[in-house]
Amino acid sequence: MSGLHTLRRLTRLRSTLTAALFAGFSAFAYAAGAQAAEPLKVAFVYIGPVNDAGWNAAHEKGRMELQAALGDQVKTSYVENVSEGADAERVIRQLAADGNKLIFATSFGYMQAALKVARMFPKTVFMHATGYKTAKNLGVYEASTYEGAYLMGVLAGGMTKSNTLGYVASFPIPEVIRNVDAFTLGAQSVNPKIKTKVIWVNTWYDPGKERQAAETLIAQGADALCQNTDSPATAQVAEQKGVYACGWDSDMKKFAPKAQLAASVVDWGPFYIKTAKDVMAGTWKSGDTQWGVAEGMVKVESLLPTIPATTRKAFDAKEQALHDGSFQVFQGPIKDQSGAVKVTAGSALDETQLRSLNWYVDGVDGALPK
Amino acid sequence: MSVETLIAMLASTTAAATPLIFAALGELVTERAGVLNLGVEGTMLVGAIAGFAVGLTTGSLTLGYLAAALAGVLMALIFAVLTLQLQTNQVATGLALTLFGVGLSAFLGKSFAGQPIAGLPHLSIPLLSDIPVLGPLLFRFDILVYASIALYVAVQWFLSRTRGGLLLRAVGESPAVAHAIGHPVQRVRYAAVLFGGACSGIAGAYLSTALTPMWVEGLSAGRGWIALALVVFATWKPLRVLAGAYLFGGVTVLQLYAQGFGLHVPSEFLSMLPYAATVVVLVLICRDRQTILLNQPASLGKPFHPEL
Repeated sequence: MSGLHTLRRLTRLRSTLTAALFAGFSAFAYAAGAQAAEPLKVAFVYIGPVNDAGWNAAHEKGRMELQAALGDQVKTSYVENVSEGADAERVIRQLAADGNKLIFATSFGYMQAALKVARMFPKTVFMHATGYKTAKNLGVYEASTYEGAYLMGVLAGGMTKSNTLGYVASFPIPEVIRNVDAFTLGAQSVNPKIKTKVIWVNTWYDPGKERQAAETLIAQGADALCQNTDSPATAQVAEQKGVYACGWDSDMKKFAPKAQLAASVVDWGPFYIKTAKDVMAGTWKSGDTQWGVAEGMVKVESLLPTIPATTRKAFDAKEQALHDGSFQVFQGPIKDQSGAVKVTAGSALDETQLRSLNWYVDGVDGALPK
Repeated sequence: MSVETLIAMLASTTAAATPLIFAALGELVTERAGVLNLGVEGTMLVGAIAGFAVGLTTGSLTLGYLAAALAGVLMALIFAVLTLQLQTNQVATGLALTLFGVGLSAFLGKSFAGQPIAGLPHLSIPLLSDIPVLGPLLFRFDILVYASIALYVAVQWFLSRTRGGLLLRAVGESPAVAHAIGHPVQRVRYAAVLFGGACSGIAGAYLSTALTPMWVEGLSAGRGWIALALVVFATWKPLRVLAGAYLFGGVTVLQLYAQGFGLHVPSEFLSMLPYAATVVVLVLICRDRQTILLNQPASLGKPFHPEL
């Protein structure tokens, strides 16, 4: 009887202790929370898997850079494989409802969904990659990948023996046409005789077709290739056939150790860090951000060691000029295929013109598909 | 156009046609037994990752291809058990198998994405490979290209010259009659479905270890569907499958070369062409009853169970 009583008392004591401990802990946690501001919850929405060795992998790298740079101040998370359309809206809305105060929607097709959810959550900041619709709490951002294409062109133009370059292009939209033009302009800056052959494969992603396109370009005399598609197939073919290639969106050295001249990659990290800091400081404003080499968003890295010094020097000079802003890729004089001056000396294309660019520069072979 | 360009075009065409030949010949045998397996695309993807994973980890592509064939057989086994044993709808089951294969291959391949593999080597036969023009035209492909031709010969011979082939066709025409005179309909159909699966698996492995030696999600990019269309396009005849595969493969290559010469054929039109051609063939054979009777397996897609 007495034993049982003791046991009961002990039990009661234990629960009292637990309760006290719990209360104390909560108080402590509350105090800690009051001292350091709640971490900013940041969410990322990806169109594909994070390990695609391309677009999504680059954004995921940016997220990790953000988490590493700001540590306890931010709490980041991501949702992968979110298809554009109804799914996207549901996911973005859920993320906003979960208390994320900054949401990056990283695919063009999320535009409508982001716009809609942004209206529902006016206190949350939304950032949409490659889009063009903004709102008070919805900003857009993009990387000037054509600067990378220009620098790759400088290398390709310096290395070609046949004076013929090849470009495996996806869809004839301004973003891609711009890269073809920039690549050609870059090559012409070191070798005015070059021609660029372009093959449109009308897909972002079909390794088999990309490979065939690359084979075709090589058979037609191209000995330095670049691509604006998502797989390393082009670089792989170049390696097999002993010509040069470019890494696009990610370093493709593993697939083309001898062929890859360099890789043009996008580093979203600095932009994500800046945006998160602005949101925390309350200084964030909606707008349209386009960063390039100067801001460190577009980088050309892992240059082939065998590139001769003259080409290397030309490359370094252009990279430096893009870096300090003394040079723009689309600064005049630039002629189109018919020889008409499209950009006069002393001027350069502005952002709006760049976004609607739909003509080939002089030196690109063949007609642009309409 | 120089001889070199022509040779390069032919080499590209051959590489594009080879996986189609494997997948389509396998599906042809399956369909001649009266079973319609729409899971080719999914089976190819599972074969692709199996071949790639085993080839990369063991360093032996032979083992890789064996694994791919085995993976294809396992996928086909799921289909066979469901449709032949449990009498599920063949069309729905085949579509489900493709969706399953797409997801499964992506899941299994997560850690293999972005890894390089040494591709299937091209043959170099002393003397023969060095003959000008003929050498590169005939004797410098990888072994699977020759295997695809051998597979055609074997399938053709089996279907038209052997007792087993006759039995298979009989099962595809009229399973009830074949069953009534004492033939093992179910066993023949199982064998045909599993053979088709093995061929699809090998076709997939060709994509991931020879055509573009790498693994990425959705590598097949619709080639399984082209193989399915090809069987109908060929009106269930092996020789026409072979010719159709080179035709479909060649059309893409031709379009890419045309662009290089400054000619533009809308590539959307060309991507549509295999399917459009198939529809045309379907319309044509429907007009000609003789052809239908001769070639299309009469019981295609219809379930049969010996005890029902």
